[in-house]
Amino acid sequence: MAVAEKEEQNRWDPGVHSYASMGYYDADYVPKDTDVLAVFRVTPQKGVDPIEAAAAVAGESSTATWTVVWTDRLTANTHYQAKAYRVEDVPGRPGEYFAYIAYDIDLFEEGSIANLTSSIIGNVFGFKPLTALRLEDMRIPVAYVKTFQGPAHGIVMEREHLNKYGRPLLGATIKPKLGLSARNYGRVVYEACRGGLDFTKDDENINSQPFMRWRDRFLYCMEGVNRAMAETGEIKGHYLNVTAGSMEEMYERAELAKELGSVVVMIDLTIGYTAMQSMATWARRNGVLLHLHRAGHSTYTRQKTHGVSFRVISKWCRLIGVDHIHAGTVIGKLEGDPATTRGFYDTLREDHVPANPANGIFFDQDWASMPGVMPVASGGIHAGQMHQLLDLFGDDVVLQFGGGTIGHPMGIAAGAEANRVALEAVVKARNEGRDLLREGPDVLRRAAERCRPLEAALATWGDVTFEYTSTDAPDAVPTPSY
Amino acid sequence: MYLRHGAFSYLPDLTDDEIALQVRHALDNGWPVSIEHTDDPHPRNVYWEMWGLPLFDLVEPDGVMVEINACRSTFPNHYVRVLAYDARLGRQTTALSFLVQRPAVEPDVELARAEGGGRAQVYGVRTVAPSGEHSGG
Repeated sequence: MAVAEKEEQNRWDPGVHSYASMGYYDADYVPKDTDVLAVFRVTPQKGVDPIEAAAAVAGESSTATWTVVWTDRLTANTHYQAKAYRVEDVPGRPGEYFAYIAYDIDLFEEGSIANLTSSIIGNVFGFKPLTALRLEDMRIPVAYVKTFQGPAHGIVMEREHLNKYGRPLLGATIKPKLGLSARNYGRVVYEACRGGLDFTKDDENINSQPFMRWRDRFLYCMEGVNRAMAETGEIKGHYLNVTAGSMEEMYERAELAKELGSVVVMIDLTIGYTAMQSMATWARRNGVLLHLHRAGHSTYTRQKTHGVSFRVISKWCRLIGVDHIHAGTVIGKLEGDPATTRGFYDTLREDHVPANPANGIFFDQDWASMPGVMPVASGGIHAGQMHQLLDLFGDDVVLQFGGGTIGHPMGIAAGAEANRVALEAVVKARNEGRDLLREGPDVLRRAAERCRPLEAALATWGDVTFEYTSTDAPDAVPTPSY
Repeated sequence: MYLRHGAFSYLPDLTDDEIALQVRHALDNGWPVSIEHTDDPHPRNVYWEMWGLPLFDLVEPDGVMVEINACRSTFPNHYVRVLAYDARLGRQTTALSFLVQRPAVEPDVELARAEGGGRAQVYGVRTVAPSGEHSGG
């Protein structure tokens, strides 16, 4: 009793104490089912003890400031303190540590990613005693999951709305990204959709520039979409990007897209979490699918030592409520380690995602029946890789071939047809029990014998690969628990 | 119009042997198979007529093939599709859908337009008798 009293007094002595001694490190803490859990990769400055660094992260991302304040004593302070409960070496990365931190759910406003992120990635990333800090993964407790809307429609409802089952969806981003007039732009939409794609897409930086204002683009794109629907009898869509400088402007654009009958609108990650949540609410209310382009994410997701892993961004986006999100191709032109990317796809699509350190998943995540988000694979992929893409991602994915459709030597509709024929051929072969990775190239060649556009696509791009080392591969911890 | 519908409508029409392989794939996954037909290929026509109830508890494709052929011979001028249904929690929707018959002469889907405000067009599509001008394919 006397000792406890003395410690209590020390804890509240004015001045600077170690974060660990103030209760922000507790190796005996057992996380509650309702706690928000986070694992950070911490790189302390030379001479800073890793446990103290972990405690500092817990402190600075919850209640602490740099010195003792007596006003803490007006609160149930131990309840609100985040607790670092485990610190371990990162295998093969000297000087880096995984710090596991538990946050009581009371720290966060219901249904607000802005609030969650202001705590978890607020001030703490600039904290001087650390040279670098990365949020690797989070466990969102079911109690908190249930305070979010989730995907406006989700994978199942999207498929039922589009009436398309049993195969990946196909898309293409209109190229060139910038400069086409509205009339020319709509031509590309029309050709790609009538040729066999399900979707075409605005690029992230197509908003409302002098060469093409948004309203004109919307009118011509919908002309192309509707013509293609009448020619094929299939439902088609163009992701009309409603990204703008204000919510008022975005709502106005989205309303016109809906009035023109578009099945989908699009936003960029750059609009911010709250704007994304507002658009997800709008999309649910108006029955329009919501596509998200992750513009800007690589500024903070790509480097291993500092930033926020994309698997965390994926979780936030599922809670926010988008229907589509770009999640990597593995084999295309953009960053994407296979195991790490698999972890993103699981996070977006599965209802229960078990911890799997090999894929970078640190925690079990239960989504409590929240619908899945359709991942989008886009960037430097082509028809010759179709068997690999199907093997990697399965059916619930949008495969987007921009250059691989529009750059086809026989024209855009031929490029679209080549991709669709390649896709259907590999799906059919897979269902017949054939080994895609071994027999895929042969399946594609056989399909090309009856499809000139596919033959031309394989001749043009068949050998193109982007084989570079990924920067963001998992550093697996051998024995995970939470 | 050459209707694009289902998972394999850009491939040559599936032979009965190929259809049986797809049905086997469905049954191996525990997906009951059903058969539907229509004469209206409108892209928003969700509810094609059911050819009986879904075929639960089958293990071999033969029973499905018998029903496909019965539907085909009863409605030789209709579209016929096969659907496989995944009843697992979290799916509870169609897992695969593909055409197994198309009419010799297919209807057209016509794009109807009306003038809207501000240069907008009000679009609608409707199924009409074939004009013979659109060969598609």
